[in-house]
Amino acid sequence: MTVHDMKHAASDSARLEAVGGRLSRVDGPAKITGAAKYAFEQQLEGLVHAVLVGATIAAGKVSAIDRRAAETAPGVLAVLTPDTIMELKGASDWLGNPPSQQTYNPLAREVTYSGQHIAAVVAETFEQAVAAAALLKVWYDETPAIVDLSDGKAGDGIPIDAMTKEWGDAQAAFAAAPVRICAAYNTPREFQAAMEPHGLIARWEGDELTIWEPSQWLDGMARTYAEWFGVPFENVRLVSPYIGGGFGSKALALAHSAVAAAAAKMLGRPVKLVLNRPQNFTSYGGRAATRQTVAIGADRDGRIQSIVHRGVNETAVDGMWVEPLGSVTSIMYATPNFSSRQNVVRVNTVVPGAKRAPGENPSAFGIECAIDELAYELGIDPLEMRLINYAEQDPHTKKAWSTRQLREAFAAGAEAFGWAKRPPEPRSMRDGHQLIGWGVAAGTYPVRRAHGEAVVKILADGSVEVESSSIDMGQGTYTILAQTAAETLGVPVERVSVKLGDSHFARAGVTGGSRLAGVMTGTVYKAAGQALDELIGLALSDPRSPFQALQANTLQVRDGRIASPRGEGPELSIAEFMAAIGRDQIEAKGDTLPASTTAEERYKNYTTIAMSIPHTDGDYSRYSWCAHFVEVRVDEDFGTVRVSRVVSALDSGRLYNPKLAESQWKGGIIMGIGQALLEEGIVDRRHGRIVNGNFADYMLPTNADIPDIQTISVGIPDPHSSALGGKGVGELAIVGIAPAIANAVFHATGKRVRDLPITLEKLI
Amino acid sequence: MRDFSYLRADSIEAARNAAALPGAMLLAGGTTLIDLAKCGVAEPSTVIDISHIEGLNAIDVTADRAVIGALARMSHVADNPRVKSLFPAVSEALWQAASAQLRNMATIGGNLMQRTRCPYFRDPQNFPACNKRAPGSGCSAIGGVTRGHAVLGVSEACIATYPGDLAVALVAFDAEVDLGQRKLKIEDFFLAPGATAEREHDIHPGEVITAIEIPGSAAARRSTYIKVRDRQSYEFAAASAAVGLELEGDGRTVRDIRVALGGVATKPWRVRAVEDALKGKALSEDTIRKASELAMEGAVDHGANHYKIALAPRVIARSILKLGETA
Repeated sequence: MTVHDMKHAASDSARLEAVGGRLSRVDGPAKITGAAKYAFEQQLEGLVHAVLVGATIAAGKVSAIDRRAAETAPGVLAVLTPDTIMELKGASDWLGNPPSQQTYNPLAREVTYSGQHIAAVVAETFEQAVAAAALLKVWYDETPAIVDLSDGKAGDGIPIDAMTKEWGDAQAAFAAAPVRICAAYNTPREFQAAMEPHGLIARWEGDELTIWEPSQWLDGMARTYAEWFGVPFENVRLVSPYIGGGFGSKALALAHSAVAAAAAKMLGRPVKLVLNRPQNFTSYGGRAATRQTVAIGADRDGRIQSIVHRGVNETAVDGMWVEPLGSVTSIMYATPNFSSRQNVVRVNTVVPGAKRAPGENPSAFGIECAIDELAYELGIDPLEMRLINYAEQDPHTKKAWSTRQLREAFAAGAEAFGWAKRPPEPRSMRDGHQLIGWGVAAGTYPVRRAHGEAVVKILADGSVEVESSSIDMGQGTYTILAQTAAETLGVPVERVSVKLGDSHFARAGVTGGSRLAGVMTGTVYKAAGQALDELIGLALSDPRSPFQALQANTLQVRDGRIASPRGEGPELSIAEFMAAIGRDQIEAKGDTLPASTTAEERYKNYTTIAMSIPHTDGDYSRYSWCAHFVEVRVDEDFGTVRVSRVVSALDSGRLYNPKLAESQWKGGIIMGIGQALLEEGIVDRRHGRIVNGNFADYMLPTNADIPDIQTISVGIPDPHSSALGGKGVGELAIVGIAPAIANAVFHATGKRVRDLPITLEKLI
Repeated sequence: MRDFSYLRADSIEAARNAAALPGAMLLAGGTTLIDLAKCGVAEPSTVIDISHIEGLNAIDVTADRAVIGALARMSHVADNPRVKSLFPAVSEALWQAASAQLRNMATIGGNLMQRTRCPYFRDPQNFPACNKRAPGSGCSAIGGVTRGHAVLGVSEACIATYPGDLAVALVAFDAEVDLGQRKLKIEDFFLAPGATAEREHDIHPGEVITAIEIPGSAAARRSTYIKVRDRQSYEFAAASAAVGLELEGDGRTVRDIRVALGGVATKPWRVRAVEDALKGKALSEDTIRKASELAMEGAVDHGANHYKIALAPRVIARSILKLGETA
């Protein structure tokens, strides 16, 4: 665990250290200098290497594997196949539902997608394992695959009743509306594409398992390993102090994780297994491909009378993923009549998973393009259209918004962007061969809430340690928790060291759904408050305390020094005080669960998502909001689209650290630009296989594709959303970027592209 | 990647001798060879490291000709002031290729030997059929994902696109490749697939590229390279054009014009039909656009790459218009 050197980061600590200060990332220097040790960089004695072999068919059976040549290749220690790998027990799912099968085999006999792991080779060196893996001979009995949503065999899919949202009589109101639009919007398979690949190092010592693996959820993954191998939860230690990007993909222990841990157990050696880049496109799910139709009926003055929405997302043959496509559709605009339904379609793919703002992201693409189409149909400015239909309360639950600064976001964004100067007609702005267009779209993300646990220690030298098994994948957990502890305890931020990413620390739930900052600042605030109470209590009551003679009711700590509020009597540094009373440390463990919570409930709280607190719990509906204003330049001959300007105004409530929040917003906006213009997992429909699974062919934006991005915070503290008043940050800003760009492309060209990504051949 | 033996050549003679061994491959910047070895396409038994040979990285440019050593780095050539002023299309083609990191490593000789990005060619494990890798095994690309594939110079054996940028500029300006014992025109150095897709270059075992030579010309001095692609950097061309233009004293009549295409053909593709249609003509947007269409004579698409037939002439036209405007 690295204790970060915060001196560089906090040059003006008085201003920066408080919650809300623009402190630079405290883990930054360690990352820039290479001192930060990531999972695969652990040097372990006796470490051996595992390499996976994937199926080359999309559906069928592995009929035989000839492993003789591989087994006798230099350095090979084991060739694992479905028949030779040790038997594992079934593990419960992330909701805590018990396993459907007693046993689990991470190597497949029945192949349900191309690239599925069917074998692994373990050797003394990585190169030996790669060479031997190429020697395996595999025979298959291939069966026809369903390759994607448009496959003739795919059908209409399975209705997901839990996704149905309906009020009023949407069909009748749509039919009766004087102005109607109806269009279909599609998004392709997209991948999280983290720079750091998936993988792990697994080491067994007796019945104790240590896993070094990038993780968004240490406790959840530790639970899975414990169940697979039938060992107590406490016997599994997951270590993940740094993560090279997750974007939703690194929250679960997956088949390759099981293979590595099983190989380590079978061989009695630590095993390292890292997915190569193509395997990172087939070993875990990206965002599911989606299709939506959005029909909106409105009055001639622009008031929406009805929205009818139908969505479909793909899922796997042997796994279920629902991408909630009606999530934004149902809350963004006021409408008296509404209907949203969703199906999922099974295709031969790895089960899709979470990618930044799952559900809200594609949902916003549908409704935010559709509202733009309606605006043109009516001849109303697209921004005005959104204000006419502004939802003053949650249209679905009819509850009051906790806070909704979306009107303020529209106003601030429009002002900064210069929206008022926008000519309404498409193809009305150009610069040489470049057609210029301006587009707007809104975004939202629910405030997901949960409970957390943290330990705060005041040490003999006056420094402070914060410990939590939560993680920092770049979003700034180290930094904001240091700020929270520093402010609460009254110590300089450089005296606080935050330790994260070890499942033996105080427990935490999943880092996903933009919930971590709100949960953990609240938890550290509480734990630090308890530590402060104990410190002051000792100062007032300990017989050795120099303050005991004061007979004061309380004391205060400022800049690491203890004194009475009025300044009479002694003033001691925390270190001097600890020496005076002879204490090594003061430790407080804080959590936000009710005191009556049982041990079993606590375990469930941190190792499943079953106890998350609904964002519409109680009297309020809680969401973050944003408005994006985008300028694009489309080459009239080439069809190439470049984003030349982005202004986004965002309501994430109170910001714990505006510098880091802005950085996350910009990251989301950049990812949204990639989604709008570049990203697409391309399937060879004859083989059901992704053919662009690498960073040269799966297009992500480069720096040259990203213009200056202006973000404006319009949030106000939201006491209903979190202890310190913040709402979600990380996922919000990607929501709405793709429709803003699609709308800008229409304004530039007069061409409505409803299938992402908006590549040049669609505009030529 | 399978085991190979490593041999460091300290002279061209040593490199030639070693290169004649069966299974030998040359290593210079390594940006293509290591990549192809990782994906299982290149399986050399011997790697001959030529990167330490002295005297092969010179860049010697006069108004008459540019001589560029085979080991000169792409970034060095792109940034050379005389290349920029006398052969701007060459510089522009180079700096729009690959990424800054790759350009700093990759050499000019290695760049000529760069192989196609056809995803089927690059994935032998999942797609055994590829006439480039295994002659006679078939073409996995035809009938598959073809958005990036060629529309010009294709055959039933192969539709893989030549991916590079530099060579497109080189064929436009009649550059030659120096193989020591012989020199040949770049245009002849690259081979269209025909029935022998495995043969991409007219180079034999034991031959080593030592330099390229580009004759100077008025057209080379007024030249440009326009590359159209989905993203602004680090991507192969959807279509690109290298164009050079020399005008008569009247400032509008074409005395000499050179046109070559990238990203749409199986080799760097010189389009003389466009050149011939414009020589002696006075430039106008209409004339330019009509002449540019001639570049697509004989084009054959495979579905998803159909857009290239519309796109490529527009890239040529834009390039000529851009050069005409600077008159």
